[in-house]
Amino acid sequence: MDWTAFGLSLKLALWTCGLLIPASLLLARWLAWSGARAKPLVEALLMLPLVLPPTVLGYYLLVGLAPTNVVGKLLGGIAGRPLVFTFPGILLASLIVNLPFAVQPMQRAFESIEPNLREAAWVSGLSRFDTFRRVELPLAWPGVVSALALVFAHTLGEFGVILMVGGSIPAETQTLSIAIYDRMQAFRNGEAAAMAAALLAFSFLAIAVVHLAAKRGRQARDAREVHR
Amino acid sequence: MQFDRITRRVVLRLGAVALLPARAMAQADVIVAAAADLRHALEAIGDAFAKVQAVRLRVTYGSSGNLARQIAQGAPFELYLSADEVYADRLVSEGYAEGPGLTYGIGRLALIARKDTPIPVETGLQAIAMALAGNGLARFAIANPEHAPYGARAKEALERALLWEPLKGGLVLAENVAQAAQYVTTGAAAAGITALPLVKAGPASDALKYGLIPANMHTPLRQRMVLTKRATPAARALYTFIASPEAQAILSRNGFEKP
Repeated sequence: MDWTAFGLSLKLALWTCGLLIPASLLLARWLAWSGARAKPLVEALLMLPLVLPPTVLGYYLLVGLAPTNVVGKLLGGIAGRPLVFTFPGILLASLIVNLPFAVQPMQRAFESIEPNLREAAWVSGLSRFDTFRRVELPLAWPGVVSALALVFAHTLGEFGVILMVGGSIPAETQTLSIAIYDRMQAFRNGEAAAMAAALLAFSFLAIAVVHLAAKRGRQARDAREVHR
Repeated sequence: MQFDRITRRVVLRLGAVALLPARAMAQADVIVAAAADLRHALEAIGDAFAKVQAVRLRVTYGSSGNLARQIAQGAPFELYLSADEVYADRLVSEGYAEGPGLTYGIGRLALIARKDTPIPVETGLQAIAMALAGNGLARFAIANPEHAPYGARAKEALERALLWEPLKGGLVLAENVAQAAQYVTTGAAAAGITALPLVKAGPASDALKYGLIPANMHTPLRQRMVLTKRATPAARALYTFIASPEAQAILSRNGFEKP
């Protein structure tokens, strides 16, 4: 087992979740209830990373973030060094490829909250923020858990974009899934097998969490129906 | 409890890597981009170098063309070990390198097949063609000639042997020369051409048999290294070490010929 690569993957997953989930939470809430005319376009844009080949995303990121480019120079200036082939670079790539996995489950969760519940909260004198915190968020919680698990697992498994944007530099951009690829080329199939098993177990766990959360959500909804 | 101790060790280890900024860990390391044929030799050189200087190598292996492109795109490599002087010279002329670089060895091609197959690799390219001709499904693995020097030379040798056209339909192109050997090791390809250093020693030599392809079948693979503009004193020390008799002995033990 390559602990450096494992740690790096974990670090990438934690950073991705930490930055992406809060931002996506607000985005998902807006998408769920907004009647804006641009909404379908925004939704289409958010789904793009799901259908685009990793090579297309990788190509644009690599070209866009290169220090020879205006955007790359600007972002590199903020980060203090060029973003390509560095950890901040693969973090940015990871944030983009994970957008649909973060937004989708939470948007569905917000959509399933009935409007009269929020209206009842307002009528009862709860401020908008309190309504969000004490009514919407608890009801949308299974969606948040799903998003967390999906983003976490997907980040651990991401390969193509990370390889293109990050190269395969040990302790910097060589994540677990890339380390597997690397060890296979070094004819160290035993190490590759151990890491592959670890990723398999992690992914299964994450998907199990998603399904558990979905079941909880259904049960909570059914319980509410019974009350009514 | 045993389980608790293991859990604690895992958590501590992961925590240390996950929380430490990459910079802090990287301080004493030399970041190297190396041609895939150096997989085993460079590990041995790294171990020998660690006895001279408390420095760890962080090596990315790949095809020379790909790695050169990454350096031009801003990758943080300090030392670039190419399998072909063309790519090293290009980095020099485009201003990414520090100094003209140095030829550290000559690479040779090896014809490979699994030991448990009857394919007669020792008897040369023609025998392979005979062995594969009867089997339309047989795959032949080489590195991608577009950006992997060993792939380009393999293509050249096959063309000289008038085998390029007959084999073309069954060719699988690997990302780099180590992957070409991996395809044969796993049995995905029946035979292939790889770098001698990958099969002469190291883990692949257990599963693979090889025959040396004569040097006159292709232009020589003059392997050249250059320091990049990002090189630290530790990277320069490593560069000097690779040129030393001690490292040169390791290289020749692994199948690189003296420049």
